[in-house]
Amino acid sequence: MEIRIVETIVCVITLDRDAVGGGGAPIVYAKNEEERERMAEVLSRTMDAMVHDLGNGVYVLIKH
Amino acid sequence: MAGAELLAPIAGGLILGAMARIALLQVDYRMYPSYPHGWLIHFAWGVIAAFVGSVVVPALAAKEFTAATFLVLVAQQFRDIRRMERASLDLVESMELVPRGPHYIEGIARTFEARSYLVIAVSLVTSTIITFTGHILGGIAGGLVTFFLVFMVKRGQRIGDIAELTAVDVEFEGTLLKVANVIVMEVGLRKSREWWLERGIGVIIEPKDDDARATLASLGQRQAIAHDTAAIMGVTKDFGLPEFTPLVRRDIETGRVVMAIVPMEPDRRQILAAVERVPVLEAARRAPLQSEPGLKAAD
Repeated sequence: MEIRIVETIVCVITLDRDAVGGGGAPIVYAKNEEERERMAEVLSRTMDAMVHDLGNGVYVLIKH
Repeated sequence: MAGAELLAPIAGGLILGAMARIALLQVDYRMYPSYPHGWLIHFAWGVIAAFVGSVVVPALAAKEFTAATFLVLVAQQFRDIRRMERASLDLVESMELVPRGPHYIEGIARTFEARSYLVIAVSLVTSTIITFTGHILGGIAGGLVTFFLVFMVKRGQRIGDIAELTAVDVEFEGTLLKVANVIVMEVGLRKSREWWLERGIGVIIEPKDDDARATLASLGQRQAIAHDTAAIMGVTKDFGLPEFTPLVRRDIETGRVVMAIVPMEPDRRQILAAVERVPVLEAARRAPLQSEPGLKAAD
């Protein structure tokens, strides 16, 4: 699945390796939803980025 | 004119002009101008403006044309006030939790420039009357009338004048935060959604007419609503928590506007009062009803 950059995607966190293509942003692979949630929270706090749920197991962190 | 004859109009104009500036310099919840140094800077500018306004006419009456020309040149320096205020506010904008936005900043900068000219007008009227009539009380009365006319113009419209406000709960459709069925933002983190449901408040801002609808469509006006409400009621947001930024979004079907905010003070009535007193920005104001097509197309 292709990820399109709208503003600035600073990071991608995914449960599914096949759901994410290239694009320049670092991709982080989570083992389960709890880990994904925790990693998203840490990354969002440290980068002041907003977490958005794409609904297919992928979280993107976007700098608005 | 002899020196003693010049004293009355200049002193009268200077004092009334300075008093007018003090009356217009109010430090309120917006904390602008900042106190005490910002206040002092603007008071100093006001005294200079009052001096310029009070000296021009006596100088002309005494046929001191060079002095009068010089004073007119000095008056042109006041246009720098707008640039100075804009630069000062822009500098701190990136550090604001909820930014003011360029429309609000431009409005503040324009207001401070205009107030200097208004002080010149009050001083000018006072010193002119005293110069040509010799009546000090007449000059003071003229200055006061000018000041009150100016004071009435100072207060523009507020959001409460152009819209009806209602406080409602926020809701989620999946991960989409909504207020009155209008999507405000997508919140990915579960904990953040729980925080929104627990403490978030929605405000529906229904425009009273087509002019209000066009004004509220302005992004700058909406940013001002978010900023002022957050300034008064507080907001549970910090660096690293962008999902709690108060946002104001528009219903594209009806033109009404909704705000989602997580306030520090959860008093709904006071939140509505805070939104009501947000000023309608000059740069954002629109009036389609004043045009023929706008009037004919109105509902």
